[in-house]
Amino acid sequence: MHVPDGFIDAPTSVAAGGVALVGVAACLRGARRELDERTAPLAGLVAAFVFSVQMLNFPVGAGTSGHLMGGALAAVLIGPWTGALAVSVVLGVQALLFADGGLSALGINIILMALITVLVGYTSFRLLMRVMPRRITSVPLAAGIAAFVSVPVAAAAFVGFYAIGGTSDVSIGAVASAMIGVHVLIGVGEGVITALTVGSVLAVRPDLVYGARDLLPKQQLELRRSSPEASS
Amino acid sequence: MSERSESTMDTAATTEPTASGPSRRTQLFVLGGLLVAVVLAGIVSFYASSDPDGLSKVSEDEGFAQSEKDHRLGDSPLADYSTKDVDNDRLSGGMAGVIGVGVTFVVAGGLTLLVRRRGQSSEASDDPAAAEVHRP
Repeated sequence: MHVPDGFIDAPTSVAAGGVALVGVAACLRGARRELDERTAPLAGLVAAFVFSVQMLNFPVGAGTSGHLMGGALAAVLIGPWTGALAVSVVLGVQALLFADGGLSALGINIILMALITVLVGYTSFRLLMRVMPRRITSVPLAAGIAAFVSVPVAAAAFVGFYAIGGTSDVSIGAVASAMIGVHVLIGVGEGVITALTVGSVLAVRPDLVYGARDLLPKQQLELRRSSPEASS
Repeated sequence: MSERSESTMDTAATTEPTASGPSRRTQLFVLGGLLVAVVLAGIVSFYASSDPDGLSKVSEDEGFAQSEKDHRLGDSPLADYSTKDVDNDRLSGGMAGVIGVGVTFVVAGGLTLLVRRRGQSSEASDDPAAAEVHRP
């Protein structure tokens, strides 16, 4: 969903750039508390992995393809602040090195694919984990569903940008239904890839999965949430 | 089974405030993960769908594709995930992918290191609450 230059007008792009800058600054701040012995070595890897999987466009029917965005995946693996930072780095590298995603649209792309996917993905993940059985096997499933949800929401946010600063006079309703429709399908791929990846990491190193921390047997795992752990 | 108990031991070891960096097992994990990323970006990407993505397709169907402007860095050596002056498609795309994985790893990893170093107090506290207090 890399937005190229020209789709959204300059004032909206500049404003989005400002919002993205504030968002990334907040992530830098948040990541300080999140980064520890386990998340820190993983942050670079998660970014590199998201970059590589973003190259793997999968078909979603009718001559259309989609690829992972990776916000929910990154948030579950290394925490929401660090995750959003990692995806922002991916988007920056893509725009500057690979001419993928416009330069003046970089702020929009960071908002859509790093900030919103992480916000929606991680919030959904936490909510799902609250209602799902407190088992380690719930983690990949919750992560997958959360990732699925995050994609059409990001698509809807693009439509929001287009409604504010779209450069062509087209029907917003038609753009909305087309964008959300195709991104529900892409979201299925996002969910499957996210669930498989989180599941694989859990199988090898469960202690490295940020979103599974409070499910691991006791130990010196620090509790990051203020809510008391449910007794089970 | 033994994997699980080993990992709990490792957890205990790595939560100690040490300056020695990630454990050997974690280093191996990162290395293995990078290898996967290199294979995906360097080899598997060749087989990815080349159809327009969701947004491009919608822009064509809904009639705003023509408003797209050429990328200002469209002539750069790795533009569009192909390496300039490398004629073989497989090699050109694969090299671009591997370079991308490397650059992303270094930038994100480096940024993380910087953030972490700034976040830590001089006595390298492992307690997030303490780190919060010591933040300038």
